[in-house]
Amino acid sequence: MFKHKIITILLVALLICIGIYMFTFTGVNLDYVLPRRGFKIIAMILISFAIGYSSVVFQTISANRILTPSIMGFDSFYLLIQSTLVFIYGDKTFQVLNAESNFAISVGLMILFSLAMYYLVFKRESKSMYLLLLVGMLIGTLFRSISSFIVMLIDPNEFMIFQAAMFASFDKINVNLLTISSVVLIGAMIFGARYFRQLDVMNLGRENAISLGVDYHKVIRVNLMIISVMVAISTALVGPITFLGILVANLAYELVKSSKHIYIVITCCLLTAVTVIGGQYLVEHLFNMSTTISIIINFVGGIYFIYLLLRSNKG
Amino acid sequence: MIQVKNVSKKYGEKNILDNVSVTFPKGKITCLVGGNGTGKSTLLSIISRLVSRDQGEINLVNQEIVNFKNRDFAKRLSILKQANHPNVRLTVKELVAFGRFPHSQGRLTHQDQEKIQESLVFMGLVDIQDQYIDELSGGQKQRTFLAMVLAQDTDYILLDEPLNNLDMKHSVEIMKILRVLADEYGKTIIIVVHDINYASSYADYIAAVKDHKIIHFGPTDEIIREDIMKEVFDIDMTIVDNCNNKVCIYFK
Repeated sequence: MFKHKIITILLVALLICIGIYMFTFTGVNLDYVLPRRGFKIIAMILISFAIGYSSVVFQTISANRILTPSIMGFDSFYLLIQSTLVFIYGDKTFQVLNAESNFAISVGLMILFSLAMYYLVFKRESKSMYLLLLVGMLIGTLFRSISSFIVMLIDPNEFMIFQAAMFASFDKINVNLLTISSVVLIGAMIFGARYFRQLDVMNLGRENAISLGVDYHKVIRVNLMIISVMVAISTALVGPITFLGILVANLAYELVKSSKHIYIVITCCLLTAVTVIGGQYLVEHLFNMSTTISIIINFVGGIYFIYLLLRSNKG
Repeated sequence: MIQVKNVSKKYGEKNILDNVSVTFPKGKITCLVGGNGTGKSTLLSIISRLVSRDQGEINLVNQEIVNFKNRDFAKRLSILKQANHPNVRLTVKELVAFGRFPHSQGRLTHQDQEKIQESLVFMGLVDIQDQYIDELSGGQKQRTFLAMVLAQDTDYILLDEPLNNLDMKHSVEIMKILRVLADEYGKTIIIVVHDINYASSYADYIAAVKDHKIIHFGPTDEIIREDIMKEVFDIDMTIVDNCNNKVCIYFK
């Protein structure tokens, strides 16, 4: 079948990317290079799957194809946490807080944040997803303003510490964190996959979904929690990277021409992994680390986003 | 049979439904008629659990509707609202297949396939079953969504202005299909229509809604009366006998 062919092609493309990434420009010190790269590849695949998965599901529950979970303010909340930590501890940040505790604080706070948002909005009578998005967008802007305010207050040397958190990077991932993240992310995906068929129905709109016996609010609630966990973990691991989601989710829909979440999500995950590994390869070898992967992704993603807007304007 | 008892609904301070009680008879077509903003659509939405009510009781086959499991409820009652814009591109057949979701949760069995085929045939959609619904005309699109509801195979079907944006030919076609569903398949159909003559020609019962209340309910013949029409719609109508049904003339 057509969609199976696409998935197979992407799988092969991913393997080729992994091969090229692992075995070109290795130099002589293979014992050092290969394990390091292997570790990074696992991290990239894991994060890619989290982004691919959460973007597709988020677009379904928000009934909007040009959104990513970052609209809920996850990225700016993460930056706020980081800038506040730097503000409090100054240049001693990394002495006081090791990577593990920083990760735990960030993930914990981000999940609490999305829970709080959900209960604030959905406990009210109107219970609208749009209200949730709007509140998320406003709070996100507020957080971003606060963190730029903090950035202006801190010492330029301390700013350097914060700056490292501003852009996604796969070079700074901690081994211990990766193990626990893998377990949680894979668990979340397996748990979430049970909802794929109900998500298919959600695409018909709220009323039709309810008429067809889908527990609309439960599906939104559960999936929002899964997405929060995924986005929180991937952001805390590598930094803000959710913008990629618009690009890959829409490409996945274009490629697969199916409405079934199982195919779209798998395609999107593979597509993200190919993009991330390919992009990282370019960053390391073509640009000699003079740029970061999020800049490349935001550049390509931005162009594609404008294309989407123009096209939806025409249709 | 659907029993609605003393149902009220407010949005903020605004009354939408004010102590509404009505019993919709089984196996018949009941039309809800009345002006805009009187609460017809809200009543349908409340009966189909899309919208919560502030107070009152609603029983479906003598069981309070909130006590049904989602899946069981969806096997008994379906609703089709006015605007339907899926967020993904679907073919006619794919959309109709969603009607089987309450029965098979997305894993289509042989029996599901038969039901899907049956409703495609019934709605005359076989020739266009592989077309995308965003490429269809308004009438075809409405028939496709009706086919989905039909595939859902519920005893109770609620339709919120299914004739909206349809020309006369397609409107008549849809109403005739509903008649067959009620007469031959024993479906209970509740439908909101705006043109009183579709109600007078095809409905068994009419519920007239005004000021957030059902002010008249009864067999079509008893409701299509000049004084009642004047009261419900605030315009003068002349009622003419045309063969076996009455036609309201209100163009003046």
